Amino acid sequence: MRYLEEFADPDLARRLLDRIHATVTRPWAIMEVCGGQTHAIIRHGIDQLLPDGVELIHGPGCPVCVTPLESIDRALAIAGRPEVILCSFGDMLRVPGSREDLFGVKSRGGDVRVVYSPLDALQLARTNPDRQVVFFAVGFETTAPANAMTVHQADRLGIGNFSLLVSHVLVPPAVAAVLSSPSCRVDALLAAGHVCSVMGTGAYGPLAERYGVPIVVTGFEPLDILEGLRQAVDQLESGRHELVNAYPRAVPAEGNRAARALLREVFEVTDRTWRGIGVITASGWRLSERYRGFDAELRFEVGGIDAVEPAACRSGEVLQGLIKPDECGEFGRACTPRTPLGATMVSSEGACAAYHRYRRPGTPGDVR
Amino acid sequence: MCLAVPGRIVATRDADGVRMADVDFGGIRKDVCLQFLPEVKVDDYVMVHVGFAIQRLDERSALDTLERFAALGILDEELGGPADSP
Amino acid sequence: MRGVPPLPPAGNPRGRPVTGLVADVPPPDAGAWTCPAPLRDSPTVVMGHGGGGALSAELVEHLFLPAFGEAADAGLGDSAVVAVAGARLAFTTDSSVVRPMWFPGGSIGELAVNGTVNDLAMAGATPLVLSTAFVLEEGTALADLGRIAEAMGVAARSAGVRLVTGDTKVVDRGSGDGVFVTTAGIGVLADGVDIRPERSAPGDVVIVSGDLGVHGIAVLSCREGLAFGTAVESDTAPLHGLVAAMLATGADVHALRDPTRGGLAASLNEIGRAAGVGIVLDERRIPVPGEVADACGLLGLDPLEVANEGKLVAMVPDADADRVLEAMRRHPHGHGATVVGTCVADHPGMVVARTGLGGTRVVDLPVGEQLPRIC
Repeated sequence: MRYLEEFADPDLARRLLDRIHATVTRPWAIMEVCGGQTHAIIRHGIDQLLPDGVELIHGPGCPVCVTPLESIDRALAIAGRPEVILCSFGDMLRVPGSREDLFGVKSRGGDVRVVYSPLDALQLARTNPDRQVVFFAVGFETTAPANAMTVHQADRLGIGNFSLLVSHVLVPPAVAAVLSSPSCRVDALLAAGHVCSVMGTGAYGPLAERYGVPIVVTGFEPLDILEGLRQAVDQLESGRHELVNAYPRAVPAEGNRAARALLREVFEVTDRTWRGIGVITASGWRLSERYRGFDAELRFEVGGIDAVEPAACRSGEVLQGLIKPDECGEFGRACTPRTPLGATMVSSEGACAAYHRYRRPGTPGDVR
Repeated sequence: MCLAVPGRIVATRDADGVRMADVDFGGIRKDVCLQFLPEVKVDDYVMVHVGFAIQRLDERSALDTLERFAALGILDEELGGPADSP
Repeated sequence: MRGVPPLPPAGNPRGRPVTGLVADVPPPDAGAWTCPAPLRDSPTVVMGHGGGGALSAELVEHLFLPAFGEAADAGLGDSAVVAVAGARLAFTTDSSVVRPMWFPGGSIGELAVNGTVNDLAMAGATPLVLSTAFVLEEGTALADLGRIAEAMGVAARSAGVRLVTGDTKVVDRGSGDGVFVTTAGIGVLADGVDIRPERSAPGDVVIVSGDLGVHGIAVLSCREGLAFGTAVESDTAPLHGLVAAMLATGADVHALRDPTRGGLAASLNEIGRAAGVGIVLDERRIPVPGEVADACGLLGLDPLEVANEGKLVAMVPDADADRVLEAMRRHPHGHGATVVGTCVADHPGMVVARTGLGGTRVVDLPVGEQLPRIC
């Protein structure tokens, strides 16, 4: 069992799709929260295979898309300092700030490096004692444990030239914000499987209850996505709205105890601005008092951040599922994957970037 | 936020007080931090995200899930299901 | 230029002055370029411009060609074909700036030689001679330079080409990245050989010569910050022998491309746009070795966008496909040759793939550098 090809089996996919087609009798709008799920849907062409009545709405589960503009601008300012090596996940390099992106800073001489893991950044701090290594710690609850462990290690080993620029966001408050919006059209939700691997599923039962919406904890391989959709549709057609776990192999109900314990020690809840949406109370994490010495925001005086979104960008409305990307006036014109106005066009699974592909016609014939 | 990949634990060790593992991803090897999964051992499969194992994969659960998918088709055939659908 | 959208209103949207390059040359009039925003929005060169994808293409189409003006006569293939005194020569140039300079399976030396040999081979030419120009960073170890030069000599002998001229320059420490090698090559075309992307036509079969993504993963596996252990070695190889075997069948090969930076995705998009044809791929038939697939899964990369240095993609008329495939499979550099798709009249310029599940997805021209992702 390799946990990969088995969950992409085309024959089993066909069975799941057939069952979805057989079950659906009315139009339904289903939101997948996680950007990784959006990516998987597009990557495998799943949206093409669903019944016409099932509409997929891409939610705000893409940390690239929702990292607040001020955080990006702050990262850009810090990266521009000569003593700093700014380390980042690859996803963030092309996200536009108010005036430029990290690639732009790099081209002007800023030391910006892509890393796979925050531990790589810590290692850079050890091998470059004369430089300040800053790690741009974005992400949801899936990524926070890695960042927590890294700063915990830095503290234990006394690596003083390392700091974190933290911009973590939390899924349940965002889901609540989306579902409580008066213009919300979401009938069912696919919850982010790997966020739940860490945090457990407990937060979602009350949300399903309060908003009357089925919530299905869903994975990322093709069969996982299809099963998540199948269970959602099944509940919708039978008038239920429960929390179910369709990804049990990787999600125990209590999540990862050790990770949650460290998260409680390293981070504390804070209000967070979600790019394009606004401030959501208690929707983010920042370093706790004990670890504040590693906070890059405090270590580097980068004053006068004047975060200005292009007026034309409507990514916030897209992130909440209120408009489709092609309903934005700049879509495909001033705003394209090569010239993004907002993060939803940059990210490989941002809704606008995904739509830039949807809009093209043509159903290819079979290859012989 | 969720690009996590399954890998098999080949060997474990301690590095600076942190439990690390050499994980095999189909021939690709990567060093992974195991500190969040104190009970996993060699030959277990884990989900790895940005260099950290965040959860152990439960093989029984995975097999059950696949069996359920396979059973879907059988049920349809028995009931004369989707083959008749538009 | 074909298919380019009309100009938005002239003027720099962010209000930054565009500076001229030389004191008495007026600044380029960005408004006169028939292209949308990208270059005007980025006043400096960024890494993506060298990535082999959309940004690279724009730099050529919207800065170099307009600036060269009437002196420019560039086609869209990897080599230029020029007629000289009754002979037809193929001419090409390439720069190798790979980091790290040594990687499993090869070095910048083999890449430089094979890369240029292959650009000539993609025009159907027999490579003859290469030039080698070095830009060296002060402080580079002579022993390293010696090893690279040896590698180039070995690669040239294997490919049957001669290194006939060159140049050497040194830049200050910190201004370069060790060793940059620029190679230019000349080859000769036999009568009747006409291989150009534009010749691709609906009905053509798309053939790749073997496993994809190997070189890119070999290089990534030892890059700082991303290192992982793997047995994957670069596939760098000269392909003119393979091409000769394909042409010897008498088949009318329409187009050839070696999918280097930007991978198969970049090559097919470029060919499709040049010829005004659509391309349909079947993902189930695209040969990606397990380790490449797993490395891509780990880093969040698309194997179709990963570089290859010893593979080619060919557009061959349906009637000729079988014999070309057979000839390829008999050749050491083509033993894994396989059909992966067809050219169609629909959606010209766009590449679409049928996924393993039976869905469809668009295979876009990669934008710039491929970056590992966490999402």
